[in-house]
Amino acid sequence: MNRTDALDMVRESISRVIPDADVGALGPDDAFRDMLEMDSLDFLSFVEVLSERSGIRIEDEDTPRLTTLAGCADFLVAHTQ
Amino acid sequence: MAEFTMPSLGADMDEGTLLEWLVAPGDPVHKGDPVAVVETAKSTIEVECFETGTMANLLVEPGTTVPVGTPLALIGPMAEKAGKPGRTKKPHKPRKPAKARKPEGPTEAEKVEGRRPVRPVPTEGEPSEPPSPPHVTVPVPVPVPTAARQPGRIEAVPLVRHLAEQSGIDLETLHGTGPGGRVTRTDVEEAAAARATARPPRVRATPLARRLAAELGVDLTTVTGTGRESAVRATDVRQAAPGPSAPARPSGATPVRPSAARPSAEGPLEDRSAAMRQAIAGLMTRANRDIPHYYLSTTVDMAAAMDWLHEHNRHSPVGERLLPAALLLKAAALAARNVPELNGFWTDDHFTAGEGVHLGVAVSLRGGGLVAPALHHADALALPQLMTALKDVVTRARTGRLRGSEVSDATLTVTNLGDQGVETIFGVIHPPQVALVGFGRVVDRPCAVNGLLGVRPVVTATLSADHRATDGAVGARYLTVVARLLQNPEHL
Amino acid sequence: MGGGRTHEEKTTYREAMREALREALRSDDRVFLMGEDVGRYGGCFGVSLGLLEEFGPERVRDTPLSESAFVGAGIGAALAGMRPIVEIMTVNFSLLALDQILNNAATLLHMSGGQLPVPLVIRMTTGAGRQLAAQHSHSLEGWYAHIPGIRVLAPATLEDARHMLAPALADPDPVLIFEHGSLYNVSGELRPPSEAMDLDHAAIRRAGTDISLITYGGSLPKALAAADELAAEGIRAEVIDLRALRPLDDAAITASVARTHRAVVIDEAWRTGSLAAEVSARIAEGSFYELDAPVERVCSAEVPIPYARRLEQAALPQTADIVAAAHRAVD
Repeated sequence: MNRTDALDMVRESISRVIPDADVGALGPDDAFRDMLEMDSLDFLSFVEVLSERSGIRIEDEDTPRLTTLAGCADFLVAHTQ
Repeated sequence: MAEFTMPSLGADMDEGTLLEWLVAPGDPVHKGDPVAVVETAKSTIEVECFETGTMANLLVEPGTTVPVGTPLALIGPMAEKAGKPGRTKKPHKPRKPAKARKPEGPTEAEKVEGRRPVRPVPTEGEPSEPPSPPHVTVPVPVPVPTAARQPGRIEAVPLVRHLAEQSGIDLETLHGTGPGGRVTRTDVEEAAAARATARPPRVRATPLARRLAAELGVDLTTVTGTGRESAVRATDVRQAAPGPSAPARPSGATPVRPSAARPSAEGPLEDRSAAMRQAIAGLMTRANRDIPHYYLSTTVDMAAAMDWLHEHNRHSPVGERLLPAALLLKAAALAARNVPELNGFWTDDHFTAGEGVHLGVAVSLRGGGLVAPALHHADALALPQLMTALKDVVTRARTGRLRGSEVSDATLTVTNLGDQGVETIFGVIHPPQVALVGFGRVVDRPCAVNGLLGVRPVVTATLSADHRATDGAVGARYLTVVARLLQNPEHL
Repeated sequence: MGGGRTHEEKTTYREAMREALREALRSDDRVFLMGEDVGRYGGCFGVSLGLLEEFGPERVRDTPLSESAFVGAGIGAALAGMRPIVEIMTVNFSLLALDQILNNAATLLHMSGGQLPVPLVIRMTTGAGRQLAAQHSHSLEGWYAHIPGIRVLAPATLEDARHMLAPALADPDPVLIFEHGSLYNVSGELRPPSEAMDLDHAAIRRAGTDISLITYGGSLPKALAAADELAAEGIRAEVIDLRALRPLDDAAITASVARTHRAVVIDEAWRTGSLAAEVSARIAEGSFYELDAPVERVCSAEVPIPYARRLEQAALPQTADIVAAAHRAVD
């Protein structure tokens, strides 16, 4: 998976969980969890969707790296190579 | 002769009810003997006497409520021989307002000395004193001391009688301070003044405001009037009343129209969120006004729970993972089953226990506002089920598709603001529930562990509870149970 | 009639009253009009102008200056089966006929055990505002409203001026109609009679929710003007025209106060013992638990009505006074 695809996938996953979210406005290094006021349930759903789409098993321990678009994309790119 | 008076059994005690005499007139009593049972607003207490002597007269009948400091009985000197009871003195007339007395009972020194009777005790053989019935030493049925007070025996000059009549004071209720126990003009005037100050001032309110206040259950004394000369008007009462949507038996959650699938279909989003704001405002205003909250807090070690959680999640598909919230909710629900005094409703001045533990879960909505739908029988749900139910109800709360039972059935609400990074929550109870449990964020903190300093994940668990329904001890028991349950996550 | 009239036509209160008289004289041979100067002079306020020419001296009769005599004659005529309309120049002069009205007209039906109805209509001018000074300007209709056995009307609109006379004549009891002197020149489009054109009901002249302005007769235009001013400030005043001062329409008063919870009673009479006092008392009795402010009254100063224009205006209830009273109740 290249980085562009990964970013798209992250944005789509966020949109699935929070349909009203303006994902286009999120910068790559913005802490989207805080900006979108995602609670732990939202975040869990996001992880679930992302895991489902990418086919990557995401552990609890991985989640601290998934707080920004860039972090998520890096994670996806790293785990699909 | 010493007086045995209604003691002050707490800073907030103004009066007590004499339930029972444990002694009879003529009985010898010793310092420290329980002589009477008194019921206060809080409890029933055996009261000891601080004199050694003979119980002379019982002045107050069982069942009578009197102010703190009111003489309940007279204790005479120890009878040298049984059978020589001596003469009893003319009974004191009790009920003198206790204003002269200290609120916190007599000091030990005073008690030992005995109180000097306010009124001179007539000496034996005083001619003006009609003979009292001689005392019997054998146990007698509980005497009726008030019967001794014959109407018409009150001594008072006509002016004093006239004054008493005019001020509506019953002379019989007065304690005469004049010569020979006569009721004086000052006695009457003081009693009248005391009564005048005791009466709360009449609230200035319009007739409509008064009527509305009665209908809406608003206490006019708590309302600020905006009318002429600060008269309370209808508007003031309506503002002070709970929101217009608050039904007679308030539902357990702020109203969400269950059918409102999409906000856009129901009109502007702003209208809905304004309406919800108003509903929350009404409910919370009422909660804070009507419920005397008490707050407790404790720090719970979450090491075992978090370890168990990570272990569980490591072996579960992403879709079956648990959040710390699931454990906290389960613990809160089980604890509510253990401490049922906090699980239910306060209505019509009494507590009704909830049938089952239906845990209200505070869910903040994205457009603003809050609902607290219930997880039915949360104490009986296994963790995966509870997690599923939680996800489901939160999703539906946010899409406005809650069921009626979910918004009205909650017996105890849990709020978990940990996701916002908050550590401690002292919430407002959701009427008519009697408690609100708060969990903050699970954070790593330095802790003393086995005598060493260690870093442990901890969570602050708080309880806001209704002091009308429970006392702090019950609340403390609840938090203790929560903490204990979280140490054994595998049993949750 | 009514239906044939074109609606754009303007008419005055005076003309409406004259039209009512004309209709009455035309439609019933028993009807006749009598009073001081009603014939050749056309009425002191010009109400009956032209009727003498149209109906002749038998039916439009000038009388000597003796209120007691011609009111008594009217009572006699009514007892004898006629339908007299007696005009008294002003309410101040009606006091000379008070004995006839109170002791005869109002009592005969009762004292005869129902045998002697007195189907008499007495019209008179009331009120101040035209510099007629202290012997021609008072508002004593409240005194008449005190008397059981008679009906007291106060038409305040063109429609009531035009349409109250016929039911008054049809009423078996004596009916007193008070025409406020300041209303005669009021002009406007005369609307066809609505179904509420009876003698029993008050009328809501303007609907509102914030305060009730309760009035009648010559004070109605002032109350409506006050309602306009209040509306500009966002206060929606309801204006109740009592129309009948006896019997009072309690239901209308109660219903209005139930809507607004505040009331101002406007009455050009003196405050003490006035009709305004009666209305206030009834609100206190019947609507106490609806009241969100004390009832306000706007009445005339308790002086003989002055002649000097400024003093006269100062003595009378004015729109500004009504607005101020409304503010006291609402603010």
